Amino acid sequence: MSTLSLTSAFTLLLKRDLVLAYRRRAEMVNPMLFFVLVTAMFPLGIGNDPKLIEAVGPGVVWVAALLAALLSLDSMFRSDFDDGSLEQFMLSAHPVSILVLAKVLAHWLVTGLPLFVVAPLLAVLLNVPSSAIPTLMLTLVLGTPVLSLIGSVGVALTVGLRRGGVILSLLVLPLYVPVLIFATDAVKTAIVGIPTTAQLSILSAMLVGSLVLAPMATAASLRISLS
Amino acid sequence: MTAASSTRTTTAFEARSLECIRDDRMLFEDLSFTITSGQALVLEGSNGSGKTSLLRILCGIRLPESGELFWEGDSIFRLGPEFHEHMAYLGHKDGSKLDLTPLENLRIARGLGKARADIGLEEALDQVGLYGFEDVPTRNLSAGQQRRLAIARLLVTDAKLWILDEPFTSLDRKGIAHMERLFEGHLNRGGMAAMTTHHRIGFRDDVQLVRINLSER
Amino acid sequence: MIVRFFHQMGSPRYFYGVAGKMIPWFMVGFLVTLLLGIYYGLFVAPADYQQGESYRIMYIHVPAAWMSMFIYVVMAVSGLISLVWRIKMTEVMVISSATVGASFTFLALATGSLWGKPMWGTWWVWDARLTAELLLLFLYLGIIALHSAIEDKRVAARAVSILALVGVVNIPIIHYSVEWWNTLHQPASVTKLGKPSMDMSMLAPLLIMAISFKLYYGAVVLMRARAEIVERERNSRWVMEMVEQEAK
Repeated sequence: MSTLSLTSAFTLLLKRDLVLAYRRRAEMVNPMLFFVLVTAMFPLGIGNDPKLIEAVGPGVVWVAALLAALLSLDSMFRSDFDDGSLEQFMLSAHPVSILVLAKVLAHWLVTGLPLFVVAPLLAVLLNVPSSAIPTLMLTLVLGTPVLSLIGSVGVALTVGLRRGGVILSLLVLPLYVPVLIFATDAVKTAIVGIPTTAQLSILSAMLVGSLVLAPMATAASLRISLS
Repeated sequence: MTAASSTRTTTAFEARSLECIRDDRMLFEDLSFTITSGQALVLEGSNGSGKTSLLRILCGIRLPESGELFWEGDSIFRLGPEFHEHMAYLGHKDGSKLDLTPLENLRIARGLGKARADIGLEEALDQVGLYGFEDVPTRNLSAGQQRRLAIARLLVTDAKLWILDEPFTSLDRKGIAHMERLFEGHLNRGGMAAMTTHHRIGFRDDVQLVRINLSER
Repeated sequence: MIVRFFHQMGSPRYFYGVAGKMIPWFMVGFLVTLLLGIYYGLFVAPADYQQGESYRIMYIHVPAAWMSMFIYVVMAVSGLISLVWRIKMTEVMVISSATVGASFTFLALATGSLWGKPMWGTWWVWDARLTAELLLLFLYLGIIALHSAIEDKRVAARAVSILALVGVVNIPIIHYSVEWWNTLHQPASVTKLGKPSMDMSMLAPLLIMAISFKLYYGAVVLMRARAEIVERERNSRWVMEMVEQEAK
């Protein structure tokens, strides 16, 4: 296989998933709506004291992003599993991990990126100072792809199960903890006005690490789920 | 059958003492065969005798309990994608996206495999009798037409070995005869096939069939 | 050489026999070291000048916490071996270890919480080690849940092996992040045990207990593995013959 056809297979699959998402564009709004709704629940639950809301703001935005990412994970391989496309990917002439990467990227563009768009709005709702909003956006850009990548392993392991959803959250949420910690810490540090290079570098390192490792683990897991 | 010595010169697909266990039940053991260019392996056997499991083992989706598979003398587990570029699989599920058009579906199928140069996508659709349906969403096709689309997928890649699990599902009698001509064409070009079907196969007499009955072993 | 050893051990029947012979030795070793450890820990070791007698729960808590990590690593290594060489016995080891590991993790959490009451005044503090231990428990539970959800047990074993490997890569990252999080939110207030200056009379029972727990794990994991083997191989000739002989 030449590298040319490998990259073209990657873009082909990426385009395919984006076209499919576009033809069902009504569904694209759902994770975003969920993100907004969960965030809105918190002030209702803890009271409207501005100080309190400000203190929990960064954490709430990120926990809501985590849950929204988790909720949308299931759609990553589900329909391809149901209609047999996933089998065809396993049997393609290209390394499965590259195809997985294309699918994860498409999934993130469709479900992760919209979170990024509404995040500033939510930050304002939760009294996050505007000086920290760029940092919040940066953590979302670096962090949500990690969530999609780690999540892809979990989905791949549970895609063949009838009630995989609950198990999926059990598998994936503990692995999301480092992203949650460093991302919220970065935002909190930014609110105080201290440089956040350390947290952002760690998040970038996690992104690179999961970009390298997760597609392989996902490919191996898909092979197991389909056997 | 074919002598082992000839595997060096012609393309051959060989199974060596395959064993398959599913849900604690031994489906088959010590199953060996070789098929070469122009030959079709036809699996027979009652329901649950392991035909689908065997076909999935042959394409490398499922791992056998023991045994090995060789493509031109190399283990398919070692070859991985290099084996898959010579192979196309048609399973119970069509593997087409209902939200895409037949043409889009075929384009993806071609991109995933090793593209065949001598046939265009429209021509492949024409060969399976879907001329005029290029741009209709696959969702709007009938079950038989969707099966035809799945068969068209086999035509657009340069796969020598076709693995077909009940390829004639939801096709009418005329459709079956038509697809049989396509499969014969593939075998005549030096291709190979491994297949199961409930129908009596109406290939021409000069097509070499290797029959294995999983129920009577 | 090593591969050949594993392949021989990989034969279920051989493993079943060898494991059966090893279990009594592990059990005896476990009981002896347990009694020894309890005796030294409760009666010989002196009381702590700060915490009085309550520190003695450490003799359960610390070895249990060590075991929770140790077993996860054993599980991941078995997982790797079963994925690479497809050896049945390491597959069995993975899932047999998971339940034992989860129990030790739970034990570490429970004793940590009991210990926390006299030390911190509450049952639970979001302390770095306890939090990391809690997340480890979730990882174990995920493995057990996935294994029970997949019907074909060979497929389940391979799925769980991958999950264990993913987990073992993530555990150091989780630990590091939890420590980072802890130092920020809660400046170090609690004096930790396990400082190098611990007196030998206090340290010795701890080490004895650690050995005892390892022997216990050895015994239990072999028992579980044997049970798992018999279940998996229930249709094979050697299991049927064995059952017939037992019946006589």
